[in-house]
Amino acid sequence: MIDISALLDEIKASPYREIVIATPHTGLVSFAGLKTGDKVLGPQGQWKEKPGTQIATLERERNPKPICAPEKGEISVLHSELEGRFVEAGTPLAVLRHMLTREEVQRAILQKALHLFRAPERAKYYFTPEVDKKIRASDAHSVAVRDGMELLIMSRMKREVPLHYTGPDGVIYAVYFKYNENMDTGAPLIGVCPQNQLPAIQDVIMRVQTEWREKE
Amino acid sequence: MDNTIEKRIQSLRDRLTYMQDIFAGKHKDSADLLEERLSAFAERARSGSLNDPHAELSTVEDLFAYVERRLESGVTPMDRVRIVRHPQRICLRDILENVYDNFTEVGGQDEHSLDPSMIIARAVITRRRGKKSYTQSVMVIGQEKGHGAEFRNGGSVKPWGNAKALQYMRVAETEGIPIHAYIFTPGSFPLEDYPGAAQQIARNIYGMAGLRVPIVAVISEGGSGGAEAIGLADKRLMLSHGYYSVISPEGAAAIEGRIKAGQRATPELIEHCAENLHITAQDNLRFGYIDHIVQEPPLGARPWHFDFFRHLRQEVIRATDEVVISTRRLPVFRGLALSRHRNPEANLDELHIRWGLSAAAKSRLRERRQQKFLRLSRQAARDRRPFLTKTAAAFWDWLSKPWVSFKYDFYRKHQRQIRGFMEEMDNEWEMFKTRLFAPWRKLTRTLPSRTENKVRELTALSAWSDDSRRRKWNYLSPRYKIDRTLTCPNSASYGCLDLWGPDLFAEFAGVCSHCGYHFPMEPEWYVKNVFDPGSVFEFNSEIEAGNPLDFPGFAERIAEAQKKTGAKSGCMTFEARIDNIKMVVAMLMGTFRGGSVGAAEGYKFVEAAQRAAKKRYPFLAYVHGTAGIRIQEGTHGVIQMPRCTVAVRRYIESGGLYMVLYDTNSFAGPVASFLGCSPYQFAVRSSNIGFAGPGVIKETTGMDIPPKYHRSYRALSRGHIQGIWDRRQIRANLKQALLTIGGRNLYYR
Repeated sequence: MIDISALLDEIKASPYREIVIATPHTGLVSFAGLKTGDKVLGPQGQWKEKPGTQIATLERERNPKPICAPEKGEISVLHSELEGRFVEAGTPLAVLRHMLTREEVQRAILQKALHLFRAPERAKYYFTPEVDKKIRASDAHSVAVRDGMELLIMSRMKREVPLHYTGPDGVIYAVYFKYNENMDTGAPLIGVCPQNQLPAIQDVIMRVQTEWREKE
Repeated sequence: MDNTIEKRIQSLRDRLTYMQDIFAGKHKDSADLLEERLSAFAERARSGSLNDPHAELSTVEDLFAYVERRLESGVTPMDRVRIVRHPQRICLRDILENVYDNFTEVGGQDEHSLDPSMIIARAVITRRRGKKSYTQSVMVIGQEKGHGAEFRNGGSVKPWGNAKALQYMRVAETEGIPIHAYIFTPGSFPLEDYPGAAQQIARNIYGMAGLRVPIVAVISEGGSGGAEAIGLADKRLMLSHGYYSVISPEGAAAIEGRIKAGQRATPELIEHCAENLHITAQDNLRFGYIDHIVQEPPLGARPWHFDFFRHLRQEVIRATDEVVISTRRLPVFRGLALSRHRNPEANLDELHIRWGLSAAAKSRLRERRQQKFLRLSRQAARDRRPFLTKTAAAFWDWLSKPWVSFKYDFYRKHQRQIRGFMEEMDNEWEMFKTRLFAPWRKLTRTLPSRTENKVRELTALSAWSDDSRRRKWNYLSPRYKIDRTLTCPNSASYGCLDLWGPDLFAEFAGVCSHCGYHFPMEPEWYVKNVFDPGSVFEFNSEIEAGNPLDFPGFAERIAEAQKKTGAKSGCMTFEARIDNIKMVVAMLMGTFRGGSVGAAEGYKFVEAAQRAAKKRYPFLAYVHGTAGIRIQEGTHGVIQMPRCTVAVRRYIESGGLYMVLYDTNSFAGPVASFLGCSPYQFAVRSSNIGFAGPGVIKETTGMDIPPKYHRSYRALSRGHIQGIWDRRQIRANLKQALLTIGGRNLYYR
């Protein structure tokens, strides 16, 4: 069992992720003129088709290759002593400090605390009538699930198949599908947490949503 | 104040704003004068201090008319562009209401339509001769700008709108009624979804090239592909204030000024391009791409110019009549009727000509239309062949025609009987020979050398002597000499390792050994590696790309491209063999000004198609790359779309096999005409096929398009092409396609 509050405190202590930008292969390094403390952008555009801010160029065998920032953030360390030097593969060039956003914090916490039950194929999903009745009567948190329980109905192209839950026992924390909506393969359908952790998780998520201040 | 006065003041106000809009700040003094006079009059009319408001209003109106007439002479090409795009410009619904006697829209109503920018209507024209009245039906097809209505997209037709147009052209063909096409489009809406902007335009042009009813087109705003989609007509009229061009002046300016995304071309550059593209009706009449100009009132027709509609009615009736008359067989009657109709005084509402045609007349009509388009734009390409060569070619053509027609029309038809006869003769000859040489054979059988040969044949290893696999490639890209590595563009997603240039451009044939991405190769690579070595015979290489519009600075750029590539134009036409299967190939080279197609390229393409038809060879269009129509040639370029398509259609209908193979980037005009109309289109891997590039789509529609939107695999999923080939397999795939699609003698039917 994990301590959710401790996890949040841990994230709060260092509210960022450090990304080490290392060379993918050997080559001659030339930096793009950034300094420590400069802000950089990650891939942009609707399809992330525009690469992020260029940090350095690595040239091997007359083939210059740009090295771009993978995320938005701030350069905390820049190994500018490597400028013009031939380096090995995996040599760190810079460290990028990426400030966590509210969603990222939430995702980190829920990833640790929840078990996600995923869609085995692209289809529409419903709860079985008994479970559905229970959810309607109170809410999803009241439904206890256990391994092997018949929980969902998978429906696609005039075909309906019962779906058995697999995973740790607990209660349904969140439902991620909607009535009459197609879910892709691998998309999470429900999140399950142990019954005794439910209030703790709810509390932490609430605190994240209200208290977390996003830093630029 | 009188209601009618108020209305007339309002209409004068509209005229004034129209004038200010189309001149965009020029002739400000005239506009100010009119504004002052109009507001003074309105002021006095409102206060009621006028004795005879109608008379005074007439003087103001006369002043307006006078100023409009005076400004008419100073209308520049760019002003014409603004005129045709103005919301007050006449649109197709005005024409339907005022030119025809009655009509029913059949292609949808207003915004409830598959594509509101394409209107299709059945209309009738009633003519009277003596006491008898005749009602004649036509199919009216055209783009609708709808006085600036947003849902009409300014007359930019989506692919399905063009498909609908083609459907109703077929209906007209079934019903045997003429088609009147009204072109009011700045260009087609660049969408790749099925049926595809380019592919549907290609189908339309191909369809119109063979339509068996008279077609009359009237051009107001003729923007390249969108105009050609309904523009291949027997008679092309053009409104005097319209424009017909390969690209909008803004687009040309963006290309000329090398404008990047987000920047805008300066108005001077746009004006300069409009001037030099020669887009006006007078220019196009001079080039021969339109047949007649319909004169408009000063500063362009607007919906209240009822005289103009009457004039337009006379002109379209005259054009239709002339087309019908010109299909008549007897020259005497044809001449008489034509001279009667061409008389400008003639009232065509009182002359009657049946618009229905007999089957033979329909065939003549079709032939005339095809020949008309094949003749166009010859003068725009520079034919540098010496006089003797040209004469010799013509003579040889004349000489070989009887032989070819003997071979294919006579011999092939009677092949079986002739072969049977020859076999009989052969048998008899063999029998005779056996008897004759019997003593000699008896003698040689005892000689020792024969057994030695036998022993060697049975014991030695067989060798692949006569095979092109001896060396892997006959031609290597010169880039293989550069000692460097290259990164595959897919390395981010597939993790491809760097490729060493000397490997990549020699042994790997420019294909990433990890993910199969195809780096572009030179045109020579294909010429030398796809076809049998030594079998390539180039023809018409002396036909040169020129600068027919004298576009400033363009002659130097053409000369530069010629020097760089060593070719005279962007199209290389040659005869070649693959495993002894002969074929004619037209290759558009992406290295010559992006592979753009102008008059010379079109000329060579048409000649190649005709050569293939004459020799009964399959015809392959290998598109190493094409960026579209060469914009600096203006309408000389855009006319290649219908021209080449006509040539292709004639070739296919005479029984030929026409295949297209796309490589690297193929876009715009050529894809939307003579390439896209082929029933068998294949692509080389990693090529891009589309109508407009991502930048143009963003610029015109405002939509962002995902990366790899034009990739050949997407085109395959959309149904635009039939298959994708690996570059190293082109030779084998081509041979297989020729054998399976073309059949045993490669000239089916």
